[in-house]
Amino acid sequence: MFNSAIGKDFDYREEFMTQVSMTVNGQAASGDVEGRTLLSTFLRETLGLTGAHVGCDTSQCGACVVHVDGKAVKSCTMLAQEAAGATVDTIEGQANADGSLNVIQQAFQDHHGLQCGFCTPGMVMSAAALLKENPKPTEAEVRHYLEGNLCRCTGYHNIVKAIMAASGQDAEAIAAE
Amino acid sequence: MYNFEFEKPTTVADAVAALGGDDAQALGGGQTLIPTLKQRLNQPGKLVSLTGISEMNGVSVDGGVVTVGAATCHADVEAGAGAYPALAALAGQIGDPAVRNRGTVGGSLANNDPAACYPSAALGSGATIVTNTREIAADDYFQGMFSTALEEGEIITAVKFPIPDCASYQKFLQPASRFALTGVFVAKYGDNVRVAVTGASEEGVFRWAEAEAALSANFAPEAIDGLSVSADGMVGDIHGTPAYRAHLVGVMTKRAVAAAH
Amino acid sequence: MPKDHGIGAAPKRREDLRFLTGTGNYTDDINLAGQAYVYFLRADVAHAKINGMNMDAAAAMPGVVRIFTGADFEGVGGLPCGWQIHSKDGSPMHEPPHPVIAQGKIRYVGEIVAAIVADSLEQARDAAEAIELDLEELPAVVDMKAALADGSALVHDEVPNNRVYDWGFVEENAAATDEAIKNAAHVTTLELVNNRLVANPMEPRVAIGDYTRHNDESTLYTTSQNPHVIRLLMGAFVLGIPEHKLRVIAPDVGGGFGTKIFHYAEEAFVTFASKQINRAIKWTSSRSEAFISDAQGRDHVTKIELALDADNNFTAVRTHTLANMGAYLSTFSTSVPTYLHGTLMAGNYKTPLVYINVEAVFTNTVPVDAYRGAGRPEATYQLERVIDKAARELGVDPIELRRQNFITEFPYATPVALEYDTGDYDATMTKLEEIADLSGFAARRAESEKNGKLRGLGVNCYIEACGIAPSNVAGALGARAGLYESATVRVNATGGVVVMTGAHSHGQGHETSFPQVISEMIGIDESQVEIVHGDTGRGAMGMGTYGSRSIAVGGAAMVRATEKIINKAKKIAAHLLEASDSDIELKDGTFSVAGTDKSIAWGDVCLTAYVPHNYPLEDLEPGLEETAFYDPANFTFPSGAYACEVEVDPDTGEVSVQRFAAADDFGNIINPMIVDGQVHGGIAQGIGQALRENTVYDENGQLLSASYMDYAMPRADDVPFYEVDHSCQTPCTHNPLGVKGCGEAGAIGSPPAVVNAVIDALQSGGHDVTHIDMPVSPSRVWAAMNG
Repeated sequence: MFNSAIGKDFDYREEFMTQVSMTVNGQAASGDVEGRTLLSTFLRETLGLTGAHVGCDTSQCGACVVHVDGKAVKSCTMLAQEAAGATVDTIEGQANADGSLNVIQQAFQDHHGLQCGFCTPGMVMSAAALLKENPKPTEAEVRHYLEGNLCRCTGYHNIVKAIMAASGQDAEAIAAE
Repeated sequence: MYNFEFEKPTTVADAVAALGGDDAQALGGGQTLIPTLKQRLNQPGKLVSLTGISEMNGVSVDGGVVTVGAATCHADVEAGAGAYPALAALAGQIGDPAVRNRGTVGGSLANNDPAACYPSAALGSGATIVTNTREIAADDYFQGMFSTALEEGEIITAVKFPIPDCASYQKFLQPASRFALTGVFVAKYGDNVRVAVTGASEEGVFRWAEAEAALSANFAPEAIDGLSVSADGMVGDIHGTPAYRAHLVGVMTKRAVAAAH
Repeated sequence: MPKDHGIGAAPKRREDLRFLTGTGNYTDDINLAGQAYVYFLRADVAHAKINGMNMDAAAAMPGVVRIFTGADFEGVGGLPCGWQIHSKDGSPMHEPPHPVIAQGKIRYVGEIVAAIVADSLEQARDAAEAIELDLEELPAVVDMKAALADGSALVHDEVPNNRVYDWGFVEENAAATDEAIKNAAHVTTLELVNNRLVANPMEPRVAIGDYTRHNDESTLYTTSQNPHVIRLLMGAFVLGIPEHKLRVIAPDVGGGFGTKIFHYAEEAFVTFASKQINRAIKWTSSRSEAFISDAQGRDHVTKIELALDADNNFTAVRTHTLANMGAYLSTFSTSVPTYLHGTLMAGNYKTPLVYINVEAVFTNTVPVDAYRGAGRPEATYQLERVIDKAARELGVDPIELRRQNFITEFPYATPVALEYDTGDYDATMTKLEEIADLSGFAARRAESEKNGKLRGLGVNCYIEACGIAPSNVAGALGARAGLYESATVRVNATGGVVVMTGAHSHGQGHETSFPQVISEMIGIDESQVEIVHGDTGRGAMGMGTYGSRSIAVGGAAMVRATEKIINKAKKIAAHLLEASDSDIELKDGTFSVAGTDKSIAWGDVCLTAYVPHNYPLEDLEPGLEETAFYDPANFTFPSGAYACEVEVDPDTGEVSVQRFAAADDFGNIINPMIVDGQVHGGIAQGIGQALRENTVYDENGQLLSASYMDYAMPRADDVPFYEVDHSCQTPCTHNPLGVKGCGEAGAIGSPPAVVNAVIDALQSGGHDVTHIDMPVSPSRVWAAMNG
């Protein structure tokens, strides 16, 4: 219904346009970008991957977190051209091959770790990065790791529980302590 | 953002050449520069990314010195500077995990934000700032907030941190930005103790001479008792008064000494 | 065993599947073919006359389609205020025009001065920089007391002393309250500030206007909690577009917390301008823009006096409050410090006399309006802080002082015009003592002291009033909107159900909880029920989601419509089963004749309604679709008791929240998982207000806390796991579900608990500190300790 490939008819910006290519969620992706084009803009507007959200302009909120070459980054604070040739993973590529939710996504649903859903893609991607580094984090480690991800709905309680549950720990028991 | 040309050289020489033109500016991890560009507070004609230069990337240890390539991100310093634990710990307190995967030591030192963490480590360690043309002692490098000894077009390529006997960085967070409301880096080199304070002064990072003298004589938290910095010239903002920051300098220094042991 | 479906069950949320896979549809995810972009040139001074604007250079810049100014909106209505307040002397409030784009004068930093429409956003921004403004700066009015002083600069020339209204409530109580305070055995007085907050839903606002010439229709896509209200306000009062030519769609909304209730200039602009240029126009707020354009919350300065008799019974409460309106009256701004605040000043207590005086003040700051709780947190904070202070002054236990004064008999008519239908404040307090393990506090304090920390305990109660109603009473008090909710229940031929509700989730999980009610009533699986909301083109006029009203009012409307469906379906079933309708029972999706084995399935009855061959056509219309409008007879009154334990670092003044417990009475519960989540989020916002968040302007009206670099949002490591309980349930007596609402409780009940705990901690350390204003920042705590 909605066309994501907008702006093309009106594009005047010949200056500094260059083609950038990367691997996004396992697939080759390329498009024309300017010097100033952010990775988040490239993902959302050029590729139509609107899962990464832009919630601030000072690199604080973390709603835009994606993985570049396996590392969590804020896609709104990285130029698209800096990701040229890189492997980029976004929330859209996180589900299992059969389309079912992966362990972290499922834990977020099971533990009601999201309400409005806007911060959720960044939260899930940050959680994935954390669990890769630290497969069994403590509650304090989870909370500390989320220092760059803001959520205004959940009070973080169920996000922390979900991440601990995704790591195989008994989240209910930990939260009840 | 205003538009700009983007270039990502792979050698220092190419980077220097690329920065030679009008309005060209170096780009580290961009964690401060890109938000600034979004506000249109800066209008470079060209951004030269330094993150593709392999000779500027990585952490090495040699002869009691940790050398950090200027394009090394904070996360890699945290992981790689085990020979200098206080430095690794400081890197692990900057921003947040995603910021630490992009932000670089060179970018931080070149910007010299008065509340940034790295300047206190560099000054507190008596580090050497290595550029494409020279080596600059940290004591000569920092010249007030957002001001450094760097010349136009000069690139920081590495920072050499002498490894102390012991050291610690204690940071009191500004709750919104996660920069230092006041951060103190204490390092002990034999009988010589250095104390560098960030976040507190309107002049940016500074050494607290009285504390250094007292700690050089007696490296113990009690040595700070009775010492205080003046609130004059301390930053006053919505997060803390000058008097509060001056007070925190003492508290954080004591804690750093206690933690350094 | 917990239920696995229907009311009281906790099914996983169905909306999560799209949100967790990046396939939600938020407004900024929408792009229309050929859309243009608007950049709003916003004032960077707080108060100035606009003597002229030169746009020649800007208009000629690449990509610029058209530049709009205030002049383009002459003859177009201003943004309306939805609640008229009358002052004590009977005069109506001052209500100066609120233009879409500034006309002749700038009144706050952030006000729209010009709107530049271009092919791309960056082109629009480039052009904005080329606009030359000829401004004559005026002194800014920022402080409320200074604003009220004679001779102060005027935000609006026609509003003397910048005073919007001077409201007294209840005026008949005034003299008696004064007398009671004069004769009291003890009076505790407290002056406090309820700090201004920025709501900060994580999704910034977005508006896309799309005019289609072939049918002369305007569509607005917007981040709204109540698209129907926006359609009415914008269509009828601002742009003069009839409702049948105007459609407002709010797709997935990324949080609101009140600030997405209001009708904003940007919405009116894109709708208006899209028709002018015959092209869709998109606006996406940056976070920086949100800080100076989203309506802000709270900002009250209050003096409260609590009078007690010799036995420590509360005899009177008197308050005087200055309420900051900002530079213009936002949609529901005027109701917040009055009917949403003054009416709650009795709290949970049988204080016989209460008198409230509120002066609302214009300043050169961003408009202020409802933020989660809206008036009720301000009321609770004052009352629960002054009670705590009174307990300390009198040397009595703060919990016992509260208990002694609890209202215990219901219904209870307060001296501030409300009638509480149900509640059991003693039960929630007792539950709180249990879940917060208050008996273990002394041991925890000793442990903290061993670690060099001061530990404090803060306890408080709260009551809130949800689902403002009934409409006729609200109207008599000045409301300019109805306060009902609508629901259309459409049963499809094969038995599936679509509910079109006027409520609109912005995180509350209606798509999951509303079907639980239908499932309970009909006995079909929840998967057979779909919720449609957020689109004025689908479903009846409704009022939206705010004030914890969705299930209490919207849910009730859905019940009423479903009852009509069931009644009709029973008639069809009776016809098919050759029985009397009064003998038909519906259970588990099957109609049966009482006392027989004759039955027919739900789906067969539904099919018959749409294929009416064997059907009583002479008595009954075909089809199975019903609409209900539910207008509640009264508010609902959730209540509860909260406890917070903090540690204070005596060296730095840093406060850390160690434990937080909430015992709430929400009446009946539809989905306990969602209710828990609502309370968690509210508590975090309350902790944020108490310890971190502050909106600060300098004397020139420049916002100092203008981004996340300076506005401290609570983070995961600022809060603990919360202990929440809602097993105390006194169901609401006047809505069909017995529900009370839960959305705001956490934000209402938590700030006083935190501040009470900090004061307790400091006093335990020998510091004679009786009050610190929020946010209780390390700097302020340290200053108080070293006062």
